[in-house]
Amino acid sequence: MTIDSVIFAISAIVAVFGATMMVSVRNPVAAVLYLIVSLVAQSVLYIQLSALFVAAVLIIVYAGAILVLFLFVIMLLNLRGTEELGEHSKPISRFVKCLAATLITVELIFAFKSGLYSESAGAVIDTNSSTFGSASEVGRLMFTKYVYAFELTGVLLLAAVVGAVVIAKRDPDEIPAGLRSTTDSDQKPRKVGG
Amino acid sequence: MPISAYLIVAGVLFGIGTIGVLMSRNIIVLFMCIELMLNSANLSLIAFSRAAKVSDGHVFVFLVLTVAAAEAAVGLAMIITIFRNKHSINIDRYNILKW
Repeated sequence: MTIDSVIFAISAIVAVFGATMMVSVRNPVAAVLYLIVSLVAQSVLYIQLSALFVAAVLIIVYAGAILVLFLFVIMLLNLRGTEELGEHSKPISRFVKCLAATLITVELIFAFKSGLYSESAGAVIDTNSSTFGSASEVGRLMFTKYVYAFELTGVLLLAAVVGAVVIAKRDPDEIPAGLRSTTDSDQKPRKVGG
Repeated sequence: MPISAYLIVAGVLFGIGTIGVLMSRNIIVLFMCIELMLNSANLSLIAFSRAAKVSDGHVFVFLVLTVAAAEAAVGLAMIITIFRNKHSINIDRYNILKW
């Protein structure tokens, strides 16, 4: 039992635990925090696989940006953890859903268990090429082999930013009378949101 | 550790994400489960990249992260808009397109 496998076991358990708690907990804020726990554990797995740059990017982009955006939206909507979500679906429906998800998981595990990938990951720094997974290597690939994909990613981000602003923005004059809210509780978020 | 161990972790995380997407009634938790599934795909990409000893998979992970960020931005904007009209985050109330 090397230190490598101990680290793997701990981070794998923490990653699965965080994901399970995220699904099962009722409070959305707690769910976001559990997802961050799972992501940090996953980035440890990335480091074990010599993906140092991507591990850092995962922490920065996910825990630093995307999940903070989730938290921001939860607080903007003023959701309470105890909000009643009504009664659950029919038992037969839940059973079928669980069965489908379990089948997918078992199929994935059996596909991955095959001896094709039994090679050991070894130490963090690869012996074949010391630049494997470094920022310079990933950057070189990104700006040579995958430069078109990279540029298209920029266009995608621009479209997403414009689309998000257009969707979330609300012009009071353009709302049809049928959809216009008359309750006072809706007035406050509108002012806060601008 | 063998590469398949990392792949199995990725598969388990994907399965948890699938269960969450199917069972969750909270639209925000459902959205986070989609992010979790994207992340498990990222983990498998990293593991495959390590097995093949090329860094190309890291570039793919980078692109997937970008798509996840864009998806989160647009999706959360849609959630805010729907919440304004429905005053609920329960996906069973979002049945206006149901035929």
